[in-house]
Amino acid sequence: MTAPRFWRNIEQRYRLVGTECETCGTAYFPPRELCPECRRDGDVVEKEFSGEGQVVSATVVHDAVGDYESETPYTLAVVELDEGTRLTSQVVDSGEGERVEKGDRVEACFRRVSDQGDEGIVQYGTRFKPV
Amino acid sequence: MLRDVAIVGVGQTSFGEHWERSFRDLFVTAGVRALEDAGVGGDEIDAMYGGNMSAGQFINQEHVAALIADYAGLASERVPATRVEAADASGGLAFRQSVLDVASGASDVVVASGVEKMTDLGSEETNDALAGSADREWEVFGGGNVAALYALMARAHMDRYGTTRRELSEVAVKNHQNATENEYAQYRNEVSAEVVESTPYVAEPLRAFDCSPASDGAAAVVVVPAETATEYVDDPVYVEATEQASDSLTVHDRRDVTTLDATRKAAERAYDEAGVTPGDVDLAEVHDSYTVAEVLAVEDLGFAEKGEGGEFIAEGCGSVGGETPTNPSGGLKACGHPLGATGVRQVVDATRQLRGEAGTQVEDASVAVTQNVGGTGGTAVVNVLSDRRSA
Repeated sequence: MTAPRFWRNIEQRYRLVGTECETCGTAYFPPRELCPECRRDGDVVEKEFSGEGQVVSATVVHDAVGDYESETPYTLAVVELDEGTRLTSQVVDSGEGERVEKGDRVEACFRRVSDQGDEGIVQYGTRFKPV
Repeated sequence: MLRDVAIVGVGQTSFGEHWERSFRDLFVTAGVRALEDAGVGGDEIDAMYGGNMSAGQFINQEHVAALIADYAGLASERVPATRVEAADASGGLAFRQSVLDVASGASDVVVASGVEKMTDLGSEETNDALAGSADREWEVFGGGNVAALYALMARAHMDRYGTTRRELSEVAVKNHQNATENEYAQYRNEVSAEVVESTPYVAEPLRAFDCSPASDGAAAVVVVPAETATEYVDDPVYVEATEQASDSLTVHDRRDVTTLDATRKAAERAYDEAGVTPGDVDLAEVHDSYTVAEVLAVEDLGFAEKGEGGEFIAEGCGSVGGETPTNPSGGLKACGHPLGATGVRQVVDATRQLRGEAGTQVEDASVAVTQNVGGTGGTAVVNVLSDRRSA
């Protein structure tokens, strides 16, 4: 991912900042500037998420693309945050032979994501780990 | 629709690794075959729509609609040519746009085509291009790719409904079996469930043989107003409905991670428009980009109850001779999956079935459905075709 494309989302990647529509109360991560529920009647403001949630579905990825190829096998999950919104993330630190499954509690943690080779930009982001 | 539309010609290249043939060669072959089949001359064509997902990444070429018009000898006729894109639903969209163009009265003879040239790249670059059908910033950046996202859907389906690993394998077994009689298919060999389950994991529970392959290929169909269709051919196939629906690009934002609501909604609209029910459907060409996708398809198209798609396939309900045969052509799994071509290839195969000239033929086929999905389900196109023109 190019540097500008990454930097644009640093708030979200580093602090799990999304948005919330004050009209209907729905939380969004990644942030949306337009609430799909209320559209033009929505009033969207910034919201920081607690980073706690549970696994909706998980897989172990063996064949990955791009910078992730060197990390296989790794666990990928759909995580539902306690505020109600969902995202897709790696789940790290689950321990050798430990399976991450539906219903498992997880929390956000800060990790290096990729370094694009010896002279590339180092990208950091939020991952999840078992509680 | 403002006026009814019929298919009067179909054509395709074989699907597979055509290292010796270029993007433009593939299109020309499929297009010429479709025109010959219809008995239509180039000077009769009013418009063209081409489905293509990613020529920009696969062959570093954009502006491909004009390119294919040129190499088809139609640029000199000044025929308008439009590329449409919705990942691997691009072909389905090209067909739908062609039908709507004729239905609107704007055009009388339109060529719908789809083409993709994937094997000029290595598998890593191919998979990266494929990942562009998912959300690059919020799925792929987090470690997702299309196979992994389907794996998340598969795991959730297994957790909730008890779908088994063997049921997924049976999708691949059935589709390979069907393709043995399809001269255009990439893989015409049978596989056993044991073989499927011995291939390496791509993303658990999905293994290599749960995935459709990377392929080169093109397909084309000619559509005209229904009232003039028999002037071209004796056995036109009528487009009873063509519908399309959208959903969130990301799997995690869906209402339910075990349902493709885009398929459900497009199907509901299409059945309504065509005046049919799922029970009236004699066969369906569905988007089995991964085995689990066919399980979801038979549920979301209404052939099986939600949660029972795996059982439906494993018990033979989707086999030729079963309740609602799915992918009698061999599907994406065995035919191959040249992304932008697939949605048109499905229409080609459904047309062959309705004419009674398919390799693995469904007896007395009269109503066929095609379902084409973009990526993990952000777009779905559902068509209802019939050998009879409804009143």
